[in-house]
Amino acid sequence: MPGAALLDRRLLFVTGKGGVGKTTIAAALAVLGAQQGKRVLVCEVDAKGDLAEVLETAPTSFAEREVQPGVFAMTMDTEESLREYLRLQVRIPLLARIGPLARTFDFLANAAPGVKEIVTVGKFAWEVKQRHYDLVVVDAPATGHIVGQLNAPRAINDLVQVGLIREQTGWMLDILQDPAATGVVIVAAPEEMPVVETLELIERLEDTHVDLAAVIVNRVLPELFGRAEEEVFERLRDVEEAGGLDGALGSGIGPVLEAARLAVTLRRTRAGHLTHLREGVPDGTNVVYVPELFNRTHGLRATRQVADALAAELL
Amino acid sequence: MSARRGGEAATLDQLLAAKEIVVTCGSGGVGKTTTAAALGTMAAVHLGGKVLVLTVDPARRLASAMGLERFGNVEVQVSPETFAAAGLEPRGELWAAMLDTKQSWDDLIRRHAPDAKTRDAILANPLYQNVTGKFVQSHDYIAMERLYELHTSGVYDLIIVDTPPTRNALDFLQAPERMAEFFSSRLLRWLLAPYRSRFVNAASRPFYQVADRILGSAFLQDIAEFFILFQSMYDGFVQRARAVERVLEERRTTFVVVSTLEASPAHEADFFIRALAERRLHLGALVLNKVLPAYLLDPDATRSATRLSADASAVAATVPAAVGEEAMVARVLKEVGDSFLHFQVAAKREATQRAELGSAPEVVASVPYFDTDIFDLAGLARVGEQLWR
Ligand SMILES: Nc1ncnc2c1ncn2[C@@H]1O[C@H](COP(=O)(O)OP(=O)(O)OP(=O)(O)O)[C@@H](O)[C@H]1O
Ligand SMILES: [Mg+2]
Repeated sequence: MPGAALLDRRLLFVTGKGGVGKTTIAAALAVLGAQQGKRVLVCEVDAKGDLAEVLETAPTSFAEREVQPGVFAMTMDTEESLREYLRLQVRIPLLARIGPLARTFDFLANAAPGVKEIVTVGKFAWEVKQRHYDLVVVDAPATGHIVGQLNAPRAINDLVQVGLIREQTGWMLDILQDPAATGVVIVAAPEEMPVVETLELIERLEDTHVDLAAVIVNRVLPELFGRAEEEVFERLRDVEEAGGLDGALGSGIGPVLEAARLAVTLRRTRAGHLTHLREGVPDGTNVVYVPELFNRTHGLRATRQVADALAAELL
Repeated sequence: MSARRGGEAATLDQLLAAKEIVVTCGSGGVGKTTTAAALGTMAAVHLGGKVLVLTVDPARRLASAMGLERFGNVEVQVSPETFAAAGLEPRGELWAAMLDTKQSWDDLIRRHAPDAKTRDAILANPLYQNVTGKFVQSHDYIAMERLYELHTSGVYDLIIVDTPPTRNALDFLQAPERMAEFFSSRLLRWLLAPYRSRFVNAASRPFYQVADRILGSAFLQDIAEFFILFQSMYDGFVQRARAVERVLEERRTTFVVVSTLEASPAHEADFFIRALAERRLHLGALVLNKVLPAYLLDPDATRSATRLSADASAVAATVPAAVGEEAMVARVLKEVGDSFLHFQVAAKREATQRAELGSAPEVVASVPYFDTDIFDLAGLARVGEQLWR
């Protein structure tokens, strides 16, 4: 069964190596979805507060809040999530009397493999199942942790024979493993380690049976010149070295040409990594490019620009 | 060696000469591993002795830059030929190892298990993989544990270790402490109680009710059995964790914080610098990596670039005809001007970030944004030269 188009899915996990732009892309996808008239939930899993920053809003919490028309933002809190789960689904009586749930949870989460993960993934699957939102975008953990999270329902299924958590894994798996509903979006930068990690993650994703929806290459540098222009550029540098441009431009032209040379070689190095990425991904992978933005600040304006860049590629 | 202020190092070479363990830390992707390898290369070349770089990142290019086919838990030496090919004459030896978490855990179990039966039972336990992979930041702990082991072996004069990418920079500093805490925790005792005696006290009963309903008692029992096995190693583990902690606190150990001048890594670096101070751990240096060149802020250059961006055709008319057709020259000049101004925005952002990194240590080294990748030892030495000055 082929996967649905990116924004037609219901649940997107945005992952990638640290610092490549996961939070920015997740927020931009949410903004884009809302522009399409969807009701979107975007959730930050690592609670660093970056999501609130790129959406220029007050710090987010477990209780979602509409921060832009159609965009609801929240932060994952596993303890809160477990509490909600117990309340909604298990209906454990007299919960208040159990005392410090936090301590119980801490223990469970640390000792029992997969509990923290399933409480996290379960929340997203639940929102999808209940059709509270048209689209749920997860600013997921970095490449190292996402597989554990996506695998949690299956791991629990294998390890636990009975119990409430086990009973819940079936419907979660149905949602997670349906390529029409769920997809992983890997954000990569055109640099060595992000590309290596992306290719490794694609391989490891296979045993989760969660579909790869897209690879988004972020921060692609614009091409300054074509071949003929580059020759002109080289001749300009020769003229400059002989002092031939100072008349019109003053001594400042040296660094300006030097900066352009840096831009050209940087782009070339990155192009090499891009080729490696393109050749490494499975045939038919949806590869999307987002340019490097030269912004003074990072905020909603930058996020919208990224959303526009995504729109140009996706729509 | 000239040292300032009661032996504080003023440069990275002085720092490395005075220390036995260097821990590089910072958020993911800032170049921790490269910095560690570059420092190791410089130390082997200039300081001599046996230098080990212990990395956690499976950066293949880095391995091949050091002329190593593959490296794993066991240290391998960078060959003299690799140094010679890079035009370097090392006074000492450079060794490298990469942390293999699973292997290290297995070794640890083998060492601490009271007897062969317990050892085999743990290694064969289905929960073992899962649990060691997940609880109490086992990855961070094992990195520090391995560092301790290599250090106490006395084989190396200097060990430079690069830390795993953690969600929170403090995770690995706290790992030994948490490991010890976990084994002495009341919760663990609670969990194990019913399997030791039939009597479950009133305080822990509600806990069981919840845990049981959520996980099922069979699973709970599996976990308990596993931890009962694990508890036989309690003393060994706690002692070891404390010893690891002490090594980090010693004067012979120093921390090098690595960051780029992007907002989020710089924020993390700042946080980390303060955390080290709180714990009275020694901050040796701050390495700023991938720093854009200073000429991007030059006022003369800005004037030239602005002129090009606004009126490239006028400038093109003054350029010798041999350079190219005037319209194309104008196009190139405009691109050149625009590109400078773009990169200047990024450079200004970096300058602001630099100013905000207030609590910086005395030694700050900057490594420029190299436009090509590092693919050999000469490349590492090139980074190293920037650090060494
Ligand atoms: N296309 C882009 N152009 C320019 N800058 C960008 C772009 N995308 C992201 N950035 C910048 O890169 C930095 C890292 O982005 P972001 O916080 O989204 O990454 P992340 O993957 O979520 O990081 P972490 O792993 O720390 O959570 C931010 O300063 C962001 O503004
Ligand atoms: Mg983020």
